[in-house]
Amino acid sequence: MIPGRNRARLGWIDAAVLTAALAAVAYVVYRVDSVLEYRWDWSVIPHFLYRWDDEAQRWIPNLLMRGFFTTIRLALLSLIPAALFGAVFGVMRTAGRLLPRLLSRTYVELIRNIPPLVFIFIFYFFISSQIMPLLGVEDLVRGASPARLRSLELVFGPASLIPNVISGVICLAMFQGAYMTEIVRAGIQSIPGTQTEAGLSIGLSRWQLWRRVILPQAIRRVIPPLAGQFITLVKDSSILSLISIQELSFLAMETAVSTTRVFEVWITVAGLYFCLCYFLSLAFDRLEKRAAMART
Amino acid sequence: MTSRATLIQIEGVSKWFGDFQVLRNVNLQVAERERIVICGPSGSGKSTLIRCINRLEEHQEGRIVFAGRELGPDATDLAQVRREIGMVFQEFNLFPHLTVLENCMLGPTRVLGMTAAEARDRALEFLNRVRIPEQAGKHPGQLSGGQQQRAAIARSLCMQPRVMLFDEPTSALDPVMIKEVLDVMNDLAESGMTMIVVTHEMGFARTVADRVAFMDEGSIVECLPPKQFFSNPSDERTKLFLSQILSH
Repeated sequence: MIPGRNRARLGWIDAAVLTAALAAVAYVVYRVDSVLEYRWDWSVIPHFLYRWDDEAQRWIPNLLMRGFFTTIRLALLSLIPAALFGAVFGVMRTAGRLLPRLLSRTYVELIRNIPPLVFIFIFYFFISSQIMPLLGVEDLVRGASPARLRSLELVFGPASLIPNVISGVICLAMFQGAYMTEIVRAGIQSIPGTQTEAGLSIGLSRWQLWRRVILPQAIRRVIPPLAGQFITLVKDSSILSLISIQELSFLAMETAVSTTRVFEVWITVAGLYFCLCYFLSLAFDRLEKRAAMART
Repeated sequence: MTSRATLIQIEGVSKWFGDFQVLRNVNLQVAERERIVICGPSGSGKSTLIRCINRLEEHQEGRIVFAGRELGPDATDLAQVRREIGMVFQEFNLFPHLTVLENCMLGPTRVLGMTAAEARDRALEFLNRVRIPEQAGKHPGQLSGGQQQRAAIARSLCMQPRVMLFDEPTSALDPVMIKEVLDVMNDLAESGMTMIVVTHEMGFARTVADRVAFMDEGSIVECLPPKQFFSNPSDERTKLFLSQILSH
């Protein structure tokens, strides 16, 4: 084959597939338009993104954008504990001793073999009835000085929703952590045992071996799959709507019900999720390429 | 030889992998500054034996004493012993995420507690000795096999060990690179380093070794000065092995 020939060019098969796909889309649009007799009305959507506030005399985010921001907050906030769970349990899964392996294996298997939705229903009950009082989140928010409240709101969103957001973060981190555990385990196990032997031979302690030899190599290898898992985390945050965490999907449901513009609202929400996730995957691609370039 | 102090004493060492006995009642004494070459067919337990000396493998019977300290399950002593024993592997086993210089500095800074500046000076000195000072800033993946192996030797030397163990250091290399590595090992032998070398390089054994040990089926069949070993071995198995390995 001539080099360069098989670059981005469209053959006749590609053209046929594309035509078929376009035809299918056109058909669906036609059906929706004529057969369902759905009357499109996008005019309500902008209002639910941003609305003019007469009191404050400025534009403020309405339900959909508030949900969007909460979703971003949830994702960013749960990323840290999820990565922490992943790192700790991932290292434990590769331990020589039985107990740590047993504990982390139990955690991973328990979560991976229960549908996230079911897990969240059960776990949320436990969080809201046990953990939240234990953390004293409500009292903390109620007793906070105005300055501290402002910084809390910056991180967690509107004060009234802080306990709500924290519950969501804990749920999301718990079950995403299980998937990250498996990624970290795979990364650690991909480092050959000969590296351990070489490290021990120059007299490194077990801890130094981890810190200086195994983890730096393992982390480099797991960054691409971890980035992918983070995007999954963003999307999966939508199931938190079912335990009344006021994120994008939850508020979309409310908006759809109150406006009865079901398609318009959900298509808008799909677009918002898509933009967020696509932006993240582009950003990670970039990071990965830069890391690859730094290595050579 | 009797005038030198014994550095490593191996007495009646046996080891099993499951049901398979890899080492059978091995006895070997290594004096300071002595150079021993261990040869034998593959699977005869050569590598396992030297891996037992820095306890990458654990023996199940017998005693291994290094510089007056017996190697046992006592872990605190183990790191201390290992820093005094240099090990060179067949596959180099450099740390791929660190530069050659950093590979050499890791042990001195983290284990010996040297400052970065001191460790750097020492690393550059030994990289000079193995004739790759210009490779210091590169990562192992950018080096040829011979260069990598010499970097690995420098990494071990930076710990200033009392003995160097070589586990088939040239088996993964092509002839030109083999020579580079053997030259470095020759220099090292001339400098008076105690060395135990598992290798099939009979030329190296002939010129450098004080004694050549032949292993078969987990035991040392004989251990003789090279002149005697090559001209007048007593055991049939040694004769057979030599005829096979020297014929090409």
